[in-house]
Amino acid sequence: MAVSHTGPEILHERREQRLTLLLLAPALAIVICLLVLPLLWLAWQSIRADGGFTLVNYQRFLTDDIYLISFLQTFRIAIIVTVVTLLLGYPVAYAASMAPRHWSVLILAAVVLPFWTSVLVRAYAWLILLQRRGLVNSALMDMGLIDSPLLLVNNEFGTVLATIHILLPFMVLPLYATMQKIPRELTMAGSSLGGSPVFVFTRVFLPLSMPGVIAGMVLVFVLTLGFYITPELLGGGRTFMVSMLVSRNIEIYHEWGAASSISVVLLLSVFLIFRLSTKLVPFERIMGTR
Amino acid sequence: MRMKFTTVALLSSVAMLAAGAVQAQQITFVSQGGAYQEAQTKAILNPVAELLGITIRQDSSPDAWPVIRTQAATGKPIWDVIDTPTKDCIRGGEQGFIEKLDFAQIPNASDLPDDYKSPYSVAYEFYSSVLAYNKDKYGDKPPQGWADFWDVEKFPGTRALRNHPLATLEAALIADGVPRDKLYPLDVDRAFRKLGEIKPHITVWWTSGAQSAQLLADGEADLVMAWNGRVAAVEKEGAPVGYTFNDGLLQFTSLCILKNAPNPDTAVKFVNAALTPEIQANFPTYIDYGPANPAAYDTGKISPERAAQLPSSPANAAVQALVSEEWWSSPEGEEAQRRWASFIQR
Repeated sequence: MAVSHTGPEILHERREQRLTLLLLAPALAIVICLLVLPLLWLAWQSIRADGGFTLVNYQRFLTDDIYLISFLQTFRIAIIVTVVTLLLGYPVAYAASMAPRHWSVLILAAVVLPFWTSVLVRAYAWLILLQRRGLVNSALMDMGLIDSPLLLVNNEFGTVLATIHILLPFMVLPLYATMQKIPRELTMAGSSLGGSPVFVFTRVFLPLSMPGVIAGMVLVFVLTLGFYITPELLGGGRTFMVSMLVSRNIEIYHEWGAASSISVVLLLSVFLIFRLSTKLVPFERIMGTR
Repeated sequence: MRMKFTTVALLSSVAMLAAGAVQAQQITFVSQGGAYQEAQTKAILNPVAELLGITIRQDSSPDAWPVIRTQAATGKPIWDVIDTPTKDCIRGGEQGFIEKLDFAQIPNASDLPDDYKSPYSVAYEFYSSVLAYNKDKYGDKPPQGWADFWDVEKFPGTRALRNHPLATLEAALIADGVPRDKLYPLDVDRAFRKLGEIKPHITVWWTSGAQSAQLLADGEADLVMAWNGRVAAVEKEGAPVGYTFNDGLLQFTSLCILKNAPNPDTAVKFVNAALTPEIQANFPTYIDYGPANPAAYDTGKISPERAAQLPSSPANAAVQALVSEEWWSSPEGEEAQRRWASFIQR
């Protein structure tokens, strides 16, 4: 077959492609100006020194163990938060997708309402609940369950707890979106063919809900990697996540390059995670468009 | 014809500049904003404006340093005088962003000890990192200094320090027996060793002044290093909180003038007037920070009871250590700051 042959169908297709590109142009221009260019500028800052090229900002990743410590702590927290939000969010999304309409609206409202409250306010609320003379500790002591206050906040535990609370909607909503689209007939068919409820759930429903699981996990994981407010307010100075490393670097080195290099490395790790997860689930499904 | 908005704005600002030149002299003064700048407006800025017959325009920036750098880079700064941590004035001077002060034209500065001045800056107001404690917990045997803070047997309880090496390293050295007047240059290794001892007993490493106040007010920490103004505010609200100036780490903000400032002559006049003892003595009426000019305590405007609450009064200053901003802006000081983060994490 001749490669240079241009039939009417191909010409038509090309014209359509051009039109699509033209229609996309304004959106693309916005993305390039507001997202791609600033990111390139950020990367440029991290390798630029007085008129020359430098890798000194990246050398610190190897020489300064605080970088490794805070990346490890950040990833550990992100994994814990992702697993716990999944365990908490799955039953909630399941209930919302199975319940009658008015009940599911109520459940979703309960999930989304706190979402509209400022993250800062919710972090302080946790501080009031969890501190030494906070509500939780006084209640436990009044009930005689403990003698001295538990250390519930100003550590990694408090940070993780508040982060889970704040990110739960990001797990529940994609899960719910996926579950809602699972045809009820499939589980019914499974049951009518003699499958026990557990069997039907594990062999039919769970596999079909996996795109939602992956989507929720990726969203929560990536959002946790960049969390700043909860570790700063509830971490007691000991919980040191990457976002805090960025701000500390600006304070200590007084230059954008030091902070930019951390952002670049964090961004690359996020890209890598996205790349791996899109091997499991197509990108469009993670974003919930399909 | 309709003029563009930017053209109108440009023309009117040119008109304003021209009018300014004809009118009284003016300067742009910059401080850190909030309740602190409001207090200064009443205590210092209004009286100085009246004394000199000048107009003082205000701007505020919680961290002036990046703005100083940016303005210096343009070569045409819009600020004249800034009230900022002394460190910014000194490194700004060394990097060519801050003008050298001509002390011959600032006679009021002669009241101040040499420690309070640098070639680029002169002290303006004082604050202190003090040892604050829960009164209910320690009753009539309160802690007296950093040695007590480190003594977990004699003073059991939860502790909080600032998540920053400045003043914290000094406190560690004082606790380790270094005399208050022989701290500098800091023995950084020894300070970190001593901090390592207390680290397991620290509940919170606080990052903001508001947080330190909250720790005290809610009883989350029994012993806290905090800024005296914050502690006094918590005390005033009725919380069972006490503090001592003994072993306090005395710090001050300074006034300095930007290089190529738009109104250099008026700026110098302003600095001198702001240090007038009578005007400096207004500070304690509005805020718990102390005047930089010791002569202010001789004006009769500050009662002995009030002087006892102020970090810079002669009696209180005598039992504190003066933090050396010069050391902290030296390479050793910068290195100590870098070491801090990995110390906290390990």
